[in-house]
Amino acid sequence: MIKTQALVRSFDGVKALGGIDLHIEKRKVTVIMGGSGSGKTTLLRLLAGLEAPTSGSILFAGEDLASVSKKRLYELRMRVGMVFQYSALLNSLDVYENVAFPLHEHTDLDESVIQTMVTMKLEQVGLRGFECMMPSQLSGGMAKRVAFARALVMDPQVVFFDEPTSGLDPISAGVVSTLIHETTAKTRMTSVVVTHDVEAGLKIADHVILLWQGQVIAEGSPESIQQSEDPRVQQFIKGEPNGPIPFSRSQTAYIDDLMHKPGCVRMA
Amino acid sequence: MEGIMNMVGQVGRNVIQSVAKLGDATLFALATLRLLFAKPWQGKHFVMQMYAVGVGSLIIVVITGAFTGMVLALQGYHMLVKVGTEALLGPWVALSLIRELGPVLAALMFVGRAGSSITAEIGIMRVTEQMDALEMMAVNPQARVMLTRIIACAISLPLLVAIFDVVGLFAGYLIGVEMLGVNGGVYIGETIDKVGMIDIQAGITKSIYFGLLVGIICTYMGQRATATTEGVAKATTRAVMLCSVMVLVVDYIITSFYL
Amino acid sequence: MSGYKKIEMVVGIFVLVGVMSIAWLAVELGGVGGLGSNGYKVIAIFDDAGGVRTGSDVMLAGVPVGQVISVTLKDNEEAEMVFNIKEGVLIASDATVSIRTKGLIGEKFVRVNQGSEEDYLAEGDEFEDTESAINIEDLISKYIFSGETK
Repeated sequence: MIKTQALVRSFDGVKALGGIDLHIEKRKVTVIMGGSGSGKTTLLRLLAGLEAPTSGSILFAGEDLASVSKKRLYELRMRVGMVFQYSALLNSLDVYENVAFPLHEHTDLDESVIQTMVTMKLEQVGLRGFECMMPSQLSGGMAKRVAFARALVMDPQVVFFDEPTSGLDPISAGVVSTLIHETTAKTRMTSVVVTHDVEAGLKIADHVILLWQGQVIAEGSPESIQQSEDPRVQQFIKGEPNGPIPFSRSQTAYIDDLMHKPGCVRMA
Repeated sequence: MEGIMNMVGQVGRNVIQSVAKLGDATLFALATLRLLFAKPWQGKHFVMQMYAVGVGSLIIVVITGAFTGMVLALQGYHMLVKVGTEALLGPWVALSLIRELGPVLAALMFVGRAGSSITAEIGIMRVTEQMDALEMMAVNPQARVMLTRIIACAISLPLLVAIFDVVGLFAGYLIGVEMLGVNGGVYIGETIDKVGMIDIQAGITKSIYFGLLVGIICTYMGQRATATTEGVAKATTRAVMLCSVMVLVVDYIITSFYL
Repeated sequence: MSGYKKIEMVVGIFVLVGVMSIAWLAVELGGVGGLGSNGYKVIAIFDDAGGVRTGSDVMLAGVPVGQVISVTLKDNEEAEMVFNIKEGVLIASDATVSIRTKGLIGEKFVRVNQGSEEDYLAEGDEFEDTESAINIEDLISKYIFSGETK
């Protein structure tokens, strides 16, 4: 479904992603994992076409996102849904209007048809009856499920999830994980999930990609990742503070900092 | 010595940065205004912004307009009566209102009421990823969010200024004629006699520029705000300050053209 | 969508009130529609324009009948003025014009002194006789100097 070739993205000369080649398969849940600063959010934004790569290409169903026109990009986006980390519901609209938003924008369906579709999607995420609530009245987990319903309402081919379980209580996180897994299994949808939640990630994944410092360090089924020999992989999935991935990058001796109290005047 | 050099360097860097920002803002404005001719047409969203920006500022504009007209009449009367020319109170109030105070005061009120909320709203939409969400739902946020607000500002402000003027004129008449006892016929006659089309044109022209200016600055500051709560707060304050100063600067420039 | 209809209504009223305010200002104070474009143009040559400017009133028997639409220098010695006279106002071909002041320090205006001929000025015609501005300084100095020479 989506392929990247030698994908590089740098910010002010610093490489966030250093040459990524990956293949996201149709109708599977692909989970991109990695610690903070590993470049996984950048990767997701590139895959979704929200940012342009510094070099390399992203092929979405055979079309390079880096070179298509804005008009074509918008056409492709009708086939894509996205669930943002903080849900990103439009807070001037209520739940119903939020879920119906893509339909109101891009279709001229009768309101009764739209109502039926919205009700179906809200039922799917277990929030039927909450149509009239405003985003500010929702809990984090509910907002995320509304965002999920909104992403699904156009029956997309691909849905991107940015940290779908972060900031949720274990039950809500479980509900969201199950929804991703089940929806992908039951429909023709492809899911791309970015997360640092190892447990949830491994549970729902068909395919796992592990990023570290802008590079893919491991790739494969959840089982193969768990059995990986790579110490970096083992450190990440077990969440150990000590290992090949350093806890701190500080080079200077701790005692020096204490003596000289550098404040915030870092190395020039 | 080194301290002075550092200071000079800092000033230089600030100047360069300001010029770069000005260029960035101009490009932003051009790119946004170009979308006026792009499909899809944002008519409905423009109307909603007219409601938020224009109708929302109406009450504050009417109140300031009334009190400005009243104080002009009161102040003017006591000044003019000393030299026995209180017959000129009408034109004094009308010209002050129409040429200067109407456009400037209405614009400043507008900055406080509508401009600040535009910057804050756009900034928060960015912090909460709503801009990206729109983008992902194939809705161009620059057309939907920025353009509609800029145009709503550019159209609302002249209307608000005209309302400010009319309210101020009536309030001035009330104070001048009903309270201070200037002859009503003279007041109106002198006003009609002394105020020309050029004065009204100057006032309205100013207000169109002010509206565009406020719209562009406030959307730009929101768009370029650092995507944190603190960044949005700072951007909002800066937008209000910059708009207020720019309104006064541009007012001077336009006035010098119309004299 | 009834919420949107209501917003649409309110915005409509707002725009209407605003446009009416602009129109009121322009018509009542700006003089649009009263005196202005429709009418005919006549020319007058003065030795001294005496501070008459574009937009100054042209009055006949104390009634505004037109406006000065341009004041230019002719042959480097005289002032040429073009007036726009309201349609329907007839000015005899032997009428004269003079420049007067409203009150003692008021603004300058052009006074038309109606003539007695049967034919009238038409578009582009010129006044036969003009009387320049009465300059108070000139009057005073004339008085002083004539006193001295006596």
